[in-house]
Amino acid sequence: MGNEKKVSRAQQEKIERYKQLVDRLSPKSDMVTGLWRAFWVGGAICLLGQAITEFFSRVMLWGATSAATATSICLIFLSALLTGLGVYDKIGKYAGAGSIVPITGFSNSVVAPAMEFRREGLVMGVGAKLFTLSGPVLVYGICSSIIVGLIAFFMEVL
Amino acid sequence: MDMLMMGIKAFVVGGLFCVIGQILILKTKLTSARILVGYVTAGVILGALGLYRPLIDFAGAGATVPLTGFGYLLAKGAMEAAKTDGILGAFTGGVVAGAGGISAAVFFGYLAALIFKPKMKE
Repeated sequence: MGNEKKVSRAQQEKIERYKQLVDRLSPKSDMVTGLWRAFWVGGAICLLGQAITEFFSRVMLWGATSAATATSICLIFLSALLTGLGVYDKIGKYAGAGSIVPITGFSNSVVAPAMEFRREGLVMGVGAKLFTLSGPVLVYGICSSIIVGLIAFFMEVL
Repeated sequence: MDMLMMGIKAFVVGGLFCVIGQILILKTKLTSARILVGYVTAGVILGALGLYRPLIDFAGAGATVPLTGFGYLLAKGAMEAAKTDGILGAFTGGVVAGAGGISAAVFFGYLAALIFKPKMKE
């Protein structure tokens, strides 16, 4: 009995100390490192995008819209490749939103579930799961763009 | 010099978009799917209000690469097509403008899922 009490008290002390440690270390430092990582990785992806855009507009002499579309396609390709190789997940663990917010995150959300459900077949596995995460993005993006288009149309008419 | 400046602006503005996302994840426990949906929809609304274009002029890929840029593209396409092609344009314009990205994501996504085996989750 006495022994048990001792153990539990020792454990309680441990838990107390652990809690203090967590309180002291986690909120501020976690927040700041998380934000910093999201900032520099997300920024680096956009910088890469800027470099690709410069290439298409200055070297290939494409217009701004085409250069931007080509940049998106290149980033989407890179992200699909890195997701396939398992590298993008690691970037995601490190950078959090820094890997989600850029268009590479959209591409990752297409590839990752499709790969995972590959064994469920080519149609209901890969074909359907391509859209588990990206489907909502397309639904909300397309629907809101149609509403905006309709508003623009009626403003033009009236 | 001009290119260097644009690079810095793209880095900083793109980074800040991600910082906002990180804050949303930490403070509201939003899942990544909700972040993506929120960013696209925000981009459509900001684009419709004419607030996003200046940001693209300022930061280039720093504003086009985040998913809000995709939303902006959809809104711009729908609005421009609605003005030139009428009501049909409101339905076609958005997806036409975003077609490159959407098709690339489906195509490369499909190929990647066929070629690569999933890694074990750690």
